[in-house]
Amino acid sequence: MATRIQFENSCEVGVFSKLTNAYCLVAIGGSENFYSAFESELADVIPVVKTSIAGTRIIGRLCAGNKNGLLVPHNTTDQELQHLRNSLPDQVVVQRIEEKLSALGNCIACNDHVALTHTDLDKETEEIIADVLGVEVFRQTIAGNILVGSYCAFSNRGGLVHPHTSIEDLDELSTLLQVPLVAGTINRGSEVIAAGMTVNDWTAFCGSDTTATELSVIESVFKLREAQPTAIVEEMRKSLIDSYV
Amino acid sequence: MSANMFLITRTQGTILCCKCRILMAPNPANMCVTCLRSEVDITEGLRKNVTIVHCPECDSYLKPPRTWLKAQLESKELLTYCVKRLETDLKKVRLVNAEFIWTEPHSKRVKVKLKVQKEVLNGVILEQSYVVEYVQQDQMCESCTRFQANPDQWVASVQLRQRVLHRRTFFYLEQVLLKHDAAAHAIKIKQRDQGIDFFFGNKSHALKFVGFLGEVSPTDKSKRSERLVSHDTKNNTYNYKYTFSVEISPICREDLICLPPRVAVSLGNLGPLVICTKVTNNITLLDPFTLRQCFLDKDQYWRYPFKSLLSSRQLVEYDVFNVEIVSPEYNVDSFKYVIADVEVARVTDYGKLFYVRTHLGHILKPGDRALGYDLYGVNLNDDDVDKYRDFILPEVILMKKSYEEKPHRKRGKPRPWKLKSLNIELDESRGRSNVEKMNVEYEEFLRDLEENPELRFNLSLYHNEDYQPSEMASDGEGVPFVPLEELFADLELTEEEYEEDGMEE
Repeated sequence: MATRIQFENSCEVGVFSKLTNAYCLVAIGGSENFYSAFESELADVIPVVKTSIAGTRIIGRLCAGNKNGLLVPHNTTDQELQHLRNSLPDQVVVQRIEEKLSALGNCIACNDHVALTHTDLDKETEEIIADVLGVEVFRQTIAGNILVGSYCAFSNRGGLVHPHTSIEDLDELSTLLQVPLVAGTINRGSEVIAAGMTVNDWTAFCGSDTTATELSVIESVFKLREAQPTAIVEEMRKSLIDSYV
Repeated sequence: MSANMFLITRTQGTILCCKCRILMAPNPANMCVTCLRSEVDITEGLRKNVTIVHCPECDSYLKPPRTWLKAQLESKELLTYCVKRLETDLKKVRLVNAEFIWTEPHSKRVKVKLKVQKEVLNGVILEQSYVVEYVQQDQMCESCTRFQANPDQWVASVQLRQRVLHRRTFFYLEQVLLKHDAAAHAIKIKQRDQGIDFFFGNKSHALKFVGFLGEVSPTDKSKRSERLVSHDTKNNTYNYKYTFSVEISPICREDLICLPPRVAVSLGNLGPLVICTKVTNNITLLDPFTLRQCFLDKDQYWRYPFKSLLSSRQLVEYDVFNVEIVSPEYNVDSFKYVIADVEVARVTDYGKLFYVRTHLGHILKPGDRALGYDLYGVNLNDDDVDKYRDFILPEVILMKKSYEEKPHRKRGKPRPWKLKSLNIELDESRGRSNVEKMNVEYEEFLRDLEENPELRFNLSLYHNEDYQPSEMASDGEGVPFVPLEELFADLELTEEEYEEDGMEE
């Protein structure tokens, strides 16, 4: 189910929030409307956490994570780190990494199995990503842009990429990620996909400027129509309980 | 190894238009053209209705604040004018195309379709065409009003004078003016004693005309005088009438001149007797005995002006009896001269034979007839000649060969070419005898043109359709005539109409 929301009159909801299958991070806004929108959808399924990173509200672009872990940049304060560790479920590993490119949300795009990264990322960072998030890492560009985290958004069911992506690139990325991909736009023709929306396996939140066409494209590629949150989380719980002795 | 680079082909994918869901190629706005057009109207804020002022008398349009542009309906000039009136609007968008939409000529509406481009949203360039309607308002322009009030109104006049007894220079000047179209702005041209008056509506036209005269004839620095016509006390504007006085030097072709000592010395001791061979804005002087040629700039001449001793009216006919060539052929300024000693006698008085030196040895043969100045018989009254002591005047100076056998040429002999004439008002106050004299002079001028190709250089001759060759084919061998190549075929359309197009006042 795709929902249209706004953060303080801005349609770039992917900048102020981070949604994964296990948790949701939300920026601290003047009014509680943004937070309530997430709460109403996700409250009984996954924790919705209000936070800031490095004292800023652009948390969606600064951190990268999936159900296994969360990576935050080096300028995250200790209090924020502690708050995150406290609020998130125990199986989610929160790790602060020393990386020159500190906007990790712009540099890393990931789901629970695969991650695409900025071509100039450090080798150690790549190893940490593979370790903490439990994913296979690929260095890629999208339509000639190196900020892969901004120009594509994908979940375990599907993905949306920059509209100028050529057909060959689309095929290549699709093979890497093992999910169906489509080139499209968000927020009435904007090309910065990940800034305009945030998505997980059963729900998506888009900016309020998103047209009906774009919304239908999102719902079809991410397979949100039949998605039921309980089914997916149950699956997750089973795998979690697997390790419980 | 630069050959065989592996290039990846990239085919552009298609996306759905974010509004209407049709498949399209991605563009910076990611919206199909129709959706974009419905979103954004780039012609918003541009004027669609403009008023233009038109003068019905001279068919011109007002370019504020004061200039009037002459243009026909649906012409290039009108299109440029209409687009220029929208200049402030067109700064916001880029103009790609402009064309007229036909309207009824009497409807007082002009419609122009403009195609414009503008950048919208994030980098998409949109192109759109729209129609602008111009309402034509009629109002008489200032010059037409002034002309209506008083048709003879002039603002500047040029008084051109030459203090000689013939009008050859003015015939020649008339042809030059016609060829260069210099008198196009003249309201009226009036013939006067020893000169011509030109009247203009604008001081700058008169100044330009004076400048042009300076280029084609040896004029002095013109004198200017003003007369106050009216004075507006409220905004301190003054209306004047300007008069320019221009004088042409009295030296003409084929004149015999005795140079004053100062001028002779400044030209390198040129022999005091010289012949004038050519007059343009320089005067060309030739010493017939040394074949030295000198040029006098018009400034040089007017610094120390001198008069000619004898002019071509005083030429006398001589019969040549004997020619002895003294020198080889000299090439002076593309003319060949040969110095020879000849034995001549005046046609009217065979009793006295003269042995003289002449520069015409290349064309004179015994039995020819020549024209020359009779210094033996003439009574000179010149200060300059007296200044030279020990100077012996030659008795005869031959000027040119004469081609006519009979003393009187049939007047109005048909020629295969003709000349156009300026619209000159004749001076009514003069008597009838003047008209006769003018005709004779004009006839001589035409004959002069026939004989001298260099004179024709600056003029346009036109083909005479009415010419039938006479029964007497040629009067004698070597009679000069105008070759056919030099003639222009007269254009069928009247030239005044053609020139008026696109003229700015």
